[in-house]
Amino acid sequence: MQQLVDQLIQEGYFEGVPKDFVYTGFMVLVALLVLSFFVAPLAGITSWLERRVWARIQSRVGPNRVGPQGILQWLADGIKNLLKEDIIPTAADKRLFALAPYVVFVGFFATFVVIPFGSQLIVADLNIGILYLLAITSLVVVGILMAGWSSNNKWSLLGGMRSAAQIVSYEIPAGLALLTIVFAAGTLSMQGIIKAQGWAPWDWLLFYNPFTFAAFFLYFTAALAEGNRTPFDIPEAESELVAGYVTEYSGMRFLFFFFAEWGNLYVIGAIATTLFLGGWQIPPITDHPVLVGILQFIVFFLKAYLWVFVAMWVRGTLPRVRVDQLMSLCWKYMVPLSFICLLGTAAWMVIWPQGNRVASFVMFLIGVAILGLFFRRVRFQIRHAQPVLYWKPYI
Amino acid sequence: MTAVGEYIKDITETVTTIFEGMAVTFSHFVRRPSTIQYPDRIPKPVQEMLPLRYRGILEVDMDICTGCLACERVCPISCITIGIEMNKETKQRMFTHFDIDICKCMYCGLCAEACPTGSIRHSQEFEGACYNPAGLVRHFVTEPVLLYKPKKGGETEPTLAKKVEIGLKYLDEFATPDKGGGEGAAEG
Repeated sequence: MQQLVDQLIQEGYFEGVPKDFVYTGFMVLVALLVLSFFVAPLAGITSWLERRVWARIQSRVGPNRVGPQGILQWLADGIKNLLKEDIIPTAADKRLFALAPYVVFVGFFATFVVIPFGSQLIVADLNIGILYLLAITSLVVVGILMAGWSSNNKWSLLGGMRSAAQIVSYEIPAGLALLTIVFAAGTLSMQGIIKAQGWAPWDWLLFYNPFTFAAFFLYFTAALAEGNRTPFDIPEAESELVAGYVTEYSGMRFLFFFFAEWGNLYVIGAIATTLFLGGWQIPPITDHPVLVGILQFIVFFLKAYLWVFVAMWVRGTLPRVRVDQLMSLCWKYMVPLSFICLLGTAAWMVIWPQGNRVASFVMFLIGVAILGLFFRRVRFQIRHAQPVLYWKPYI
Repeated sequence: MTAVGEYIKDITETVTTIFEGMAVTFSHFVRRPSTIQYPDRIPKPVQEMLPLRYRGILEVDMDICTGCLACERVCPISCITIGIEMNKETKQRMFTHFDIDICKCMYCGLCAEACPTGSIRHSQEFEGACYNPAGLVRHFVTEPVLLYKPKKGGETEPTLAKKVEIGLKYLDEFATPDKGGGEGAAEG
């Protein structure tokens, strides 16, 4: 990208314009393109898919009328919200109220900078990629607190406060789980971590040792809590807080919060994939650079989207926890456990500095066994209930 | 030691119950949704799927209506209005109007029970939406028609025989509370 801009400048396309302006202009252009052709459809289709997945869990059909199987539902919702009146309460702090959705959105969108979609397909391979990620996602708290406080409404304020408490608390187990991986990979850069893994599942850091295996689930749970997802959606618990910090929002501003929430799901999946599941690593089957790039992108996308699906599925399974349960889960269980994972990995690395491939393979087999046990339980459930089966994913 | 044991028990319980719960919800992905996609994506019209004794909008078969006014009298909210006049030339009594106001009707079914020939009865129809209340008044007489007179002892007219049969069957099977024992009760 940078070479292309440099070449264009040298060929004299931007006579008399300062070089920084050209770079900034191109960056804004690329951000806009990514936003409108990747992130927006991604978040939109995630919202549709979530409703379909959730519906199937509840023996319903879900939106299936707009476009084939309802896949354009998100466009219809978006247009509806664009046409709605943008209400700002008279008692609200108008500037902060208007600004808050964008702060939340920036906090989510900026994470796309370090997500490695392929060995070449990354905006910036920062050498402190994970640190950047932790820092930039914390911006979401600021936006949520802004939204809650500026609405001048007790529900909004309570929701914003709860959300802030929750995100700040769960930052610790999430950070420690990430640190476990940083220990094992020996680098903070996202590409470096992927390169420390292989394409085969037993080369993934997920199966590096039992502690990283546990750290994966700790990270995923903590990330769900940071993204305000069910079962940790108490900041927007409708039975207690109307809609939490989004109570006073309407129209497009309201949509921006949910845009960030659904897009954030994919970011969670992408980070989990990068750190634990081998990222874009593919078996060496071809040398063609374009083909390799496409394959890497597909592999990464599917791995990341699997975890989006799991998040939807968790949402359809677990009930919402109470505030005190949420806090005790974090401080009494997840923080100590993630410390154990961290120290365990450190000890492991002292004993086997090069890693232990046998242990990795055994961990992989245990993972497969757990998956097998899971499907046995699913089969038991189906046999037990004797429902009318319907194998097709569409209806 | 018990505290540590409880702590570990909490963790194992959390993990195993979530595991089990996820298995339950995953099994729902291969179950058929119970939604009926009314009105357009259904294998057959809903009217055909309704039970036989369903109380839909009232219908009247004017060919076998005797004009006894039993339904009008028994109706608790007077939603049935019947007009009968004597034709001066033929000296025969004719219906001038037979209107049922579906807006008022509460589907109690008393009129269907009172009817001696079973000409007024509940249909399987329930889709009554329209743009103004006047549209919900069902007019069963467009031009004056003769009253039906069952012949004493004699055979019914072959054209009406079938309708009479339907009406009586309805009365027997569905509109008589004493006998109403569901299917099979009428045969006994």
